[in-house]
Amino acid sequence: MKNEASVLTEREKILARVREALQAPAQVPGAHGDATLVVPRQSTTPAARQWLPKVGDSFAEQLALFQKNAAELKAEFQLLASRDEMKNALAKIAANESWKKFATHPGELTDFASANLGLPICRTDGGYDVQEMEACDAGITACDALVAQTGSVLVTSRSAGGRALSVLPPHHVVLARREQLVADLPAAFALLQKKYASDFPSMISFITGPSRTGDIERILVLGAHGPKKLTLLCF
Amino acid sequence: MSAFATDFLKQARVMTADLRHRKIIRTALTNYEIVRDKRKGAFQSWESARQAAAETKWEAVNHLDQYLVEFVSKLEARGTKVHWASTGAQASEIILQIVREKKARSVIKSKSMTSEEVHLNSALEKAGLEVVESDLGEFIMQLRDEPPYHIVFPSMHLTRGEIKELFQRELGDAPSDDPQELTMVARRALRKKYLTADIGFTGANFAIAETGMISITENEGNARLTAALPKTMVSLLGIEKVLPRLEDLALFLPMLATAGTGQALTCYNTMYGGPRQPGECDGPEEFHVILLDNHRTELLADAEQRDALHCIRCGACLNACPIFRNVGGHTYATTYSGPIGSVITPHLRGLQDWKHLSNASSLCGGCTEACPVKIDLHHHLLHNRRNAATEKPAFFERLIYKIFAFAANRPGIWSVAKKLGRLGLPLQNLVKGTALDPAKAWTQTRELPPMPKESFKDWWSKRK
Repeated sequence: MKNEASVLTEREKILARVREALQAPAQVPGAHGDATLVVPRQSTTPAARQWLPKVGDSFAEQLALFQKNAAELKAEFQLLASRDEMKNALAKIAANESWKKFATHPGELTDFASANLGLPICRTDGGYDVQEMEACDAGITACDALVAQTGSVLVTSRSAGGRALSVLPPHHVVLARREQLVADLPAAFALLQKKYASDFPSMISFITGPSRTGDIERILVLGAHGPKKLTLLCF
Repeated sequence: MSAFATDFLKQARVMTADLRHRKIIRTALTNYEIVRDKRKGAFQSWESARQAAAETKWEAVNHLDQYLVEFVSKLEARGTKVHWASTGAQASEIILQIVREKKARSVIKSKSMTSEEVHLNSALEKAGLEVVESDLGEFIMQLRDEPPYHIVFPSMHLTRGEIKELFQRELGDAPSDDPQELTMVARRALRKKYLTADIGFTGANFAIAETGMISITENEGNARLTAALPKTMVSLLGIEKVLPRLEDLALFLPMLATAGTGQALTCYNTMYGGPRQPGECDGPEEFHVILLDNHRTELLADAEQRDALHCIRCGACLNACPIFRNVGGHTYATTYSGPIGSVITPHLRGLQDWKHLSNASSLCGGCTEACPVKIDLHHHLLHNRRNAATEKPAFFERLIYKIFAFAANRPGIWSVAKKLGRLGLPLQNLVKGTALDPAKAWTQTRELPPMPKESFKDWWSKRK
């Protein structure tokens, strides 16, 4: 006859141990027996705004903060007057760095800006050859948002041409519109919820500056495994 | 005394006398303290944020069954295969099963302390697989065949010269000892591995119940590549990693970065909610998530110390700890070192074997103050001491306290004992620091204060 315990799956066993363990209540940290929570069970966002690093209310303040953060992170940020200027700026970078090939994904901004570069393109839509992308000089992507508070770029597998495009080539160029600037991290998460709701992309990533490491004597080195350069072209 | 305790004391003695080691650690951590304090200062209220983070983790851990079920059902709904492992051996076996199914030959790994805890690398290597650590610090430690020195900074105890020699010896490629050039050596060596590995393995920093996602925090982009290129992705995480809501990350990501490395946000903070979805152009065809218990439910059952499961593995308590800074990470001989390691290792690996770590503490409380989720670390060290003594009373210690209590309750005996003590102390002076000295542990490295000419009591009674 089968032992009853052996019929239980590991899932059932672990959950049973968890439930058994939680029979005894634990004190709320820092509450010293007076168990009143300062965080409402439903949402941390409104309160978190009062504690996280401050962000100004106006667009100008937020833009200035993003620029300051990007500079500290050693990302290049160019604020451009129009879509055409953005296109020119991209052509200039491609010429200066003598790109031979770049990778990108279909999209309104990426198609427009990369149309006349006159270089071979590795496109991610419909699948791509990894070796080919690895050999590209740059990856050009759109994004979901720019976060003023941290100087981050928010990308997803859907908005930025998959998972590898924004990390595999040595130079990541992000194309963005001014309206995509959001104040802070809570706003970025609210945007994700609103935009994707029940059907999230399989990857969501906050990119905060070019890839870096400090694993050798805690000295900052850029381009550990991901891009050595991050350029943000915004109009 | 357990063999682990004997080794700890022996190694601690060596390390505390190693001035070169202490200088390296002091330099690294002084720089960390400067940037961390700057980042903390940028918060409008770091203290309120800590309280909120502590309560959010309390909410998650104290309703762990509900949040785990929610997390798993959301993940499974989008095609992720979820596995449960009660022990480390089971976790390794699940991964080996995936390896066999996929006929995999190589695994690229991003940093995961949980995989260190279950000794995954040796299990995979025993099965004949090539396993490559992709985080630079972990890569260095793998080449040295040593466990990570620190849970966030695995190779912080090494100098660039040592790393240059290592790369020269193991890779035949080390143009100079410049950190920039050394990093590029590792970049070149590992690039090929991402492109050819059959399985990408990662840990996780958070598990989001609301949306069924894992969140990975890193700086190098190695986890991003590990999760992008191989056909199969496997992530191992402890069951305590759960957070209730996606938006909780708006608080936890900057706090983890601030406490962990002194950054406002680390370079890549990435959430994965499944394998490649319809319409996506890349990403793994299969995504496996393994939830590990490995004694966590035993710690959960200890309501007094349950908050130790709130830990987000930022390493801030290690950095603040005077013991860690002097004895170094390897002396602990545990996966998790420093104050949090001293608190949880007795639960993970046995109280009597590991109780000595709770005595290696100045009880200064620096760890508790540094903890971004307010774990009551230094009190838990006391709780471990108490529990160890209750479970297995030390006969000799008890006897001494009994004798002391007996004498202290009887003024006649007390005054005789005091007089004997005054006579005894000069004798003790003769054998000071030697094997005959009963106070050897103290007097070996410290001076006793000189004996006053008369006792306070004698002086007081004369004065009247």
